[in-house]
Amino acid sequence: MSVIGHLQMDNIGKSFAGVPALKGVHFDIRGGEIHALLGANGAGKSTLMKILSGAYTADSGQIIIDGKPVRVQSPLDAKSYGIHCIYQEVDTALVPGLTVAENIMMDKLATGRVKGLVRWGKLFKEAEAVLARLGAQIPVRKTVEELSLAEKQLVLIARLLTEQARFVIFDEPTAPLSLEEAERLFRVMEQLKRDGIGSVFISHRLPEVFELCDRITVMRDGENVLNAQADRTDMDQVIRAMLGKTLEEEYVKHEAAIGSIVLEAKDVRRGHHVRGVSLDVKSGEIVAVVGLVGAGKTELSRLLFGADKLDHGTVKVHSRSVPLKNPADAVENGIVLVPEERRKQGILVEESVQRNLSLPLLRGLSRLGFIQFRQESELAVNVISRLGIKTASPLLPTMLLSGGNQQKVSIGKWVETKADVYLFDEPTKGVDIGAKTDIFRIIGELAGQGKAIVYFTCEFAEALGIADRIIVMYDGQLVKQFARGEATQEQLLYYASGGKEKR
Amino acid sequence: MKTRVLEWLFKYGALLVIGLIILFLSIMNKNFFTYGNLTDILRSISIVTFVAIGVTFSLTVDGFDLSVGSTVSLSTVVAAALMVWYNQPLWIVITVPIVLGAVIGLLNSFLIVKVRIPDLLATLAMMYIISGVHRTFTKGYTIYNNMQLTDGTTAPGKFTESFLWFGQGRWLGVPVPVILMVLTVIAVHLFFKYTRWGRQMHFIGGNEEAARLSGVRVKRIRVAAYVASGVFAAIGGILLASRIGTGQIDAGAPYLMEAVAAVFVGYSVFAAGKPNVIGTFFGAILIGVLVNGMTMMKFQYYVNDIIKGSVLVLALAVTFVHLSRRRS
Repeated sequence: MSVIGHLQMDNIGKSFAGVPALKGVHFDIRGGEIHALLGANGAGKSTLMKILSGAYTADSGQIIIDGKPVRVQSPLDAKSYGIHCIYQEVDTALVPGLTVAENIMMDKLATGRVKGLVRWGKLFKEAEAVLARLGAQIPVRKTVEELSLAEKQLVLIARLLTEQARFVIFDEPTAPLSLEEAERLFRVMEQLKRDGIGSVFISHRLPEVFELCDRITVMRDGENVLNAQADRTDMDQVIRAMLGKTLEEEYVKHEAAIGSIVLEAKDVRRGHHVRGVSLDVKSGEIVAVVGLVGAGKTELSRLLFGADKLDHGTVKVHSRSVPLKNPADAVENGIVLVPEERRKQGILVEESVQRNLSLPLLRGLSRLGFIQFRQESELAVNVISRLGIKTASPLLPTMLLSGGNQQKVSIGKWVETKADVYLFDEPTKGVDIGAKTDIFRIIGELAGQGKAIVYFTCEFAEALGIADRIIVMYDGQLVKQFARGEATQEQLLYYASGGKEKR
Repeated sequence: MKTRVLEWLFKYGALLVIGLIILFLSIMNKNFFTYGNLTDILRSISIVTFVAIGVTFSLTVDGFDLSVGSTVSLSTVVAAALMVWYNQPLWIVITVPIVLGAVIGLLNSFLIVKVRIPDLLATLAMMYIISGVHRTFTKGYTIYNNMQLTDGTTAPGKFTESFLWFGQGRWLGVPVPVILMVLTVIAVHLFFKYTRWGRQMHFIGGNEEAARLSGVRVKRIRVAAYVASGVFAAIGGILLASRIGTGQIDAGAPYLMEAVAAVFVGYSVFAAGKPNVIGTFFGAILIGVLVNGMTMMKFQYYVNDIIKGSVLVLALAVTFVHLSRRRS
């Protein structure tokens, strides 16, 4: 392919509306290595990578490739230097109705390097060859919409090989993947490494970082604070660098008095994602529903909240049947959901923090239909301080907050409602460790107030740390239940991957 | 410094343009900047402003109501017919068209919310239906005082003085429709800014799924927005009838595009980038000033649409350039 490359980002600075996001960051990628870029949310990782991929332009500093300073001012510039990015939202880069082969060869088709008529046979063969080089087995004649998310990622990776990529940024590619899928992605990334491509790997899962990466750079508050060979450092040191202090205890379990049954779901069904789930949750109890991606957790949480229609089954709160025609019914009956996709579903990103926090409470805050602004702002100030939401002002648009603080807003809008049942769907997804601790604290406090809590997650460690009871979900059904202290990560994984009860 | 100036221009550019045009026309023609002419302009935009307020509602919930033009037509002929053919008292003449507007809004939202036809298509179909209904109702005739009916007799009623007052009268020297328009713009502005329903409409326009998952009853509020759209179009139709003193078929059709243009010009006012009633009002003013000025400068009548279209393009360009700058 190409000569072993070296890309340096030198003294990069960038401010947004006067607030510095990057303060003179140094970062480099060598061909044939996988370089982990770590940091809490808001540390500046994504800003740095957006500058590298041409989405933003740096205020100061320069990018040097193979010793020559270059200007990267658009994604197109970046591509011309061989810099590519695999974003988390793979669907935005693919055309769903076209075949795998067309999607892989899109660049060639689009730039007119294919002269005259398209020779389909040749196109399919070339696409197959690229996939084979990655060790991926995907039928090239299938349309992309039929693929799983993991397969779509592979199609994108295959595409960038056809575009002479030299440096590839992987922005949290494993977050939505199951363990096997992540393993398969790692094999592909190692193949890229053997081909001399330099990769940047962004992830919140430290074990996989140490398994995969050659070098680790940690950012904090817009500066790089650690750069080390992966085998010369360890998880403790990295976590310390990320937080700026030692992590005392990630999971602090609040002991809450467990009372009578609050939420009662019976034989809940929808399609083949949720196939007959029954579940009781008591007041003050935290029940974790764990499972791999695709087990039906998100679907179940949406059903219990009325976001999708039940095919069958009943849901009761305090033994009263709840009509679940839409989420407003659930909210009125004391069930609330903190959804997985916070930016799309949990908050209104363009609205202010205050308006998001007051949203479910507007009825109580208005007189004759008119919103009482004084009370609204008191409510917002109160919730912001209680949950420790870091925002310059309650009137700031929520999109300007970091991921963890956005998540707190998504939770915070419910805490002043009289809800009895809280459903959390992957509340720590893409959230840094500091905010994670805050979120666990908030959930613990809610349990302490006697709320019934269902915590849907694929992070087994979190479930073990926080839950009074853990229920494993597999293929649309609840397959195994553990009391607190009974389960280990290995056992959870065993049942979550479809393992049967041992006799 | 450069970006500061740009920001300022994005925010106040539309108002600046209105000001400059008024200044230019005042210099060019001494009859322009007179009380009589300025109130004339405001009176001429009052009907389109009512229709445009309706369009603002549907656009706020991320919908679109194409049926407002034919709703204006229907409301106009129904009001006229109630007076001329059926000799009804004033309150019925006003109430019936408004109720009809509300019913049209309910039908629209039934198609959109329940049957789930996309907004544009559902209201396009309704536009045809309403347009056909009002022509069938009048059998294609214009309704006017002392008209001859098909059985050879003369119509029993006529446009009453009190009805015509709404479109032609003055109060303390100000045309009544202008007073109604200004009061309504203020009321609707307060509605969107200070009430729960108004805010929920904004939320739905911003992100329907997030609003729904926060417990907002999305369907109910979309229904309300379409009912408001129909009602304001109906009010526009009543004012149109009382202004021209006849019930002409298809008289409302041109108001659809005029209203839509006013709303989209309004996107650029104060760099809102989304439907807002104050912007809509200024959008209508801008168009009204242009039309009035062009008439005074004796432009060929048909040039008007070219100018209106160009203003719309300019306003949209400013809005969307600004929005994409803000996102990056």
